[in-house]
Amino acid sequence: MTKNLNLWVIPLLPLIGAAINGLFGRRFKNAMVSAVALLFTAASFGWAAWAVWTVWPGSGIALPHIETLGTWITAGTFSAPFGFYLDQLSMIMVLVVTGVGFLIHIYSVGYMAHEGGYYRFFAYLNLFMFFMLTLVLANNYLLMFVGWEGVGLASYLLIGFFFLKDSAADAGKKAFIVNRIGDFAFLIGMFLIIRHFGSLNYDAVFGKIAAGHFTPEAGWGIFTAIALCLMFGATGKSAQVPLYVWLPDAMEGPTPVSALIHAATMVTAGIYMIARSHAIFNLAPHALQIVAIIGCITAIFAATMGLAQTDIKRVLAYSTVSQLGYMFLACGVAAYSAGIFHLMTHAFFKALLFLGAGSVIHAVGGEQDMRRMGGLRKLIPVTFWVVTIATIAIAGIPPFAGFFSKDEILGAVFHSPYGGPVIWGIGVLTAGLTSFYMFRLWFMTFFGELKLGSVELGEEAHAAKAPAQAAHGAASHSHGHADDHSHGHGGVHESPWIMLAPLVILAVLSFVGGWVGVPQFMGGHNEIEQFLAPVMQSGPAVAGEAVSDKDATTSHAGEATPENTKEELFLAGTSVAAALIGLFFAYLFYYKSPELPDRITSKMHGIYMMVLHKYYVDEGYGAIFVKPLLALSTVVLWRGVDQGVIDGLVNGAGTASQGVGNELRQMQSGNIRSYAAWVAIGGAAIVAYMIWLGVTR
Amino acid sequence: MVPLSWYLILSGILFSLGVLGFLLKRNIITIFMSIELMLNAVNLSFVAFANYWHTHPVADKSIVPLSGQVFVFFVMVVAAAEAAVGLAIIIAVFRTRETLNVDRVNLLKL
Amino acid sequence: MVHQVLFIVFGLICVAGAINLLVQRHPISSALSLVVVMASLALIYLLLGAEFVAAIQVIVYAGAIMVLFVFVIMLLNAGAEERTRGSRMALIVGVPGVIILAGTVGWMLVSGSGRLGGVNLVGPSSFGETHAIARLLFKEFLLPFEITSVLILIAIMGAVVLGKREN
Repeated sequence: MTKNLNLWVIPLLPLIGAAINGLFGRRFKNAMVSAVALLFTAASFGWAAWAVWTVWPGSGIALPHIETLGTWITAGTFSAPFGFYLDQLSMIMVLVVTGVGFLIHIYSVGYMAHEGGYYRFFAYLNLFMFFMLTLVLANNYLLMFVGWEGVGLASYLLIGFFFLKDSAADAGKKAFIVNRIGDFAFLIGMFLIIRHFGSLNYDAVFGKIAAGHFTPEAGWGIFTAIALCLMFGATGKSAQVPLYVWLPDAMEGPTPVSALIHAATMVTAGIYMIARSHAIFNLAPHALQIVAIIGCITAIFAATMGLAQTDIKRVLAYSTVSQLGYMFLACGVAAYSAGIFHLMTHAFFKALLFLGAGSVIHAVGGEQDMRRMGGLRKLIPVTFWVVTIATIAIAGIPPFAGFFSKDEILGAVFHSPYGGPVIWGIGVLTAGLTSFYMFRLWFMTFFGELKLGSVELGEEAHAAKAPAQAAHGAASHSHGHADDHSHGHGGVHESPWIMLAPLVILAVLSFVGGWVGVPQFMGGHNEIEQFLAPVMQSGPAVAGEAVSDKDATTSHAGEATPENTKEELFLAGTSVAAALIGLFFAYLFYYKSPELPDRITSKMHGIYMMVLHKYYVDEGYGAIFVKPLLALSTVVLWRGVDQGVIDGLVNGAGTASQGVGNELRQMQSGNIRSYAAWVAIGGAAIVAYMIWLGVTR
Repeated sequence: MVPLSWYLILSGILFSLGVLGFLLKRNIITIFMSIELMLNAVNLSFVAFANYWHTHPVADKSIVPLSGQVFVFFVMVVAAAEAAVGLAIIIAVFRTRETLNVDRVNLLKL
Repeated sequence: MVHQVLFIVFGLICVAGAINLLVQRHPISSALSLVVVMASLALIYLLLGAEFVAAIQVIVYAGAIMVLFVFVIMLLNAGAEERTRGSRMALIVGVPGVIILAGTVGWMLVSGSGRLGGVNLVGPSSFGETHAIARLLFKEFLLPFEITSVLILIAIMGAVVLGKREN
């Protein structure tokens, strides 16, 4: 039974909203702008929910549900349709995107109320939603790539929303360019897919794989190449090593943007793409191994960088990178459902954290430096409680959402042939660090005493600001939000309810969101895993085959034998313990004895500096890639090619025609006799030509 | 009997001398006379051909005998009109430039 | 035979007059040479049996147009022409052009003369008769003829406008 769900409506609605606000919003009142934006986003969410409800397993509609509007590109045997693809994976994605996106829209109404360019902001947000929905609903890689690129564009617009501020404009450009590097790899991956499969449609590509035309031995090289290209593309969008650098800088954007782009939607595109392409990855065990290692490195790397940050949004940014590393890790160990599960829970609690941070920033009048905050617990109680929930969730303490998804990933890592105890250990360590820096944030913000504007930052902190840091960090500290958000209500105040309502909803989701994936050893049924199983079914099995020599034991859906249960309990216990240890140290350092961190940092000055400067990665990239590229561009491309060849050609053409004209000008002397001379020679030429014609004939 | 080509060669010589006069003379009136010479050269070939077609009749009705002479008549009309206007122009140019040398009249305007 | 001798005589006078037109530096000498050319051309027309054309050649060309020229020369008191170097192009391009033109046309005529027939001294009775031409002019060529009258009118008006002294 097929039913037309008109899936195209889902992405189109936000596009209409974007068009209305973008074209006419300048003349609208703010209320009108927000009404349009919210209406279309809500409608999109509603339609998506209805579509998901309609095709829900058991409804009798076969999944994946594919709807094709028409042909988009045809070239030879290759054709790409405008098609939409709804299966369990895109159901989750589309609900997360529209749902969380809608909540963030509501929040933005309050948060952006006093900003300039209000209509512009909502037009961009809706545009972003359009591209993101195109991305997750596309039924072929090319249409996905449209969404992929469009998301990059929208993120550029949103990150650089305060474009008058240099650092914001730079951050927007950085995000765009870094993403472009990944996109390039994605493109090459698509070319390889076309070459190998002759199509970019999911059903065609995965159908061929499922039909068993390919064994790892037969197409080993090409699959690894495709998978690596796709993975590299994903590292750009999902902010993984080595392309994560854009995400922390992207905090220059308004806070709802950070929540939307860097928590719930855009950064998950890479994870989604890998999960969507799991059939390819399963045939490329080496690529999977690399995905796992990259995820692992990103997770621990970003977590350590998060330790030393003082900007509340930057802490969250690094934590996002770190959590995305977890998701990558999950994909790398072929536990795609766990990755998607974590993606979902992360969308809830990270959006909540960002929005909560926005609420805090709002409350303290634009301050983003945590060292100037403190004691806000009593002043903004609602924000305090929702952030508390989110913090516990991200730290991985049961029964909050983060625990289940994280535990799911760590369990999969432990058992997977691509993971193993070492990577699992790093994962647990990262969990501990996550807990530490999140509770550090929590304690610094909500406990102690309010130091707003009264504290001169320590000498050590100033010394720490290297020039590069000054460009990014300090600039955003000193006037980051102050100039954008300096509306005149004095004193610390709770945010309006239009901002708090989404926070509360997200808090509930952060709390209960994990319960759909309660593992079996804890008496649950891991519904999400079973839900996604039809999509991912080929996953572990094929991967297991591929590495059968390693004697893999798949972690998933195993029988709940007592031995298994014990092991699972041990693993879960370890990660909870790590989280609690992190909590304890945070409590010790930032609540009990606040002077302790200074003592430690002064002891380990070198390491602290390195962490504070984010391991000098930006500087390293600057020295290795940016400077040589600039030099090359300046000397070879600009001076050499542009000025020498292109300008040379243009100027040469000009000079040549000038010279020729100068000569020809002699003909136009104004002297009648010279005109007559030209007529005479012309007549002679014509007569000679006619005679020659007569002679040759 | 005189061969037709003799007339045509004479016509060609006169025409070439007319062109040469146009090229080499500097006095604007003489140049004008060279033009008249060229017109006369062409008239000669018209008349010669008119006679030729008269003595060598053809079936083609489109060739009207004597039309060459009518054309000479038209050429003379044009030459007369041209002489009237051209000499008026020469007078006008002379008034402003005080010269009849074409080398000094090269601004393409009065 | 007589025909040929007369043609050669008048043809030589014609060419000599044309060359004299070029050689003379005073425009009045050139004008008188041109009158010679036109008169001898009128005689050649007579040789061809074109009496009407010969007559108007003398009346219109030698009579009217050349008199106009001479009047203008006298009116403007034109002296001998100056030796100016106005145009290199006229010499570099023009003279070779004329030589090529004359050479090619002459070569073509000489080489093709065999195929062309001869022209009689006096043709059939109707050839040069005025009334034959008049019949042609007022029947087949009536419209062009009338248009020439308009042309002449316009030329007269143009000459008046151009010749008018601006005050």
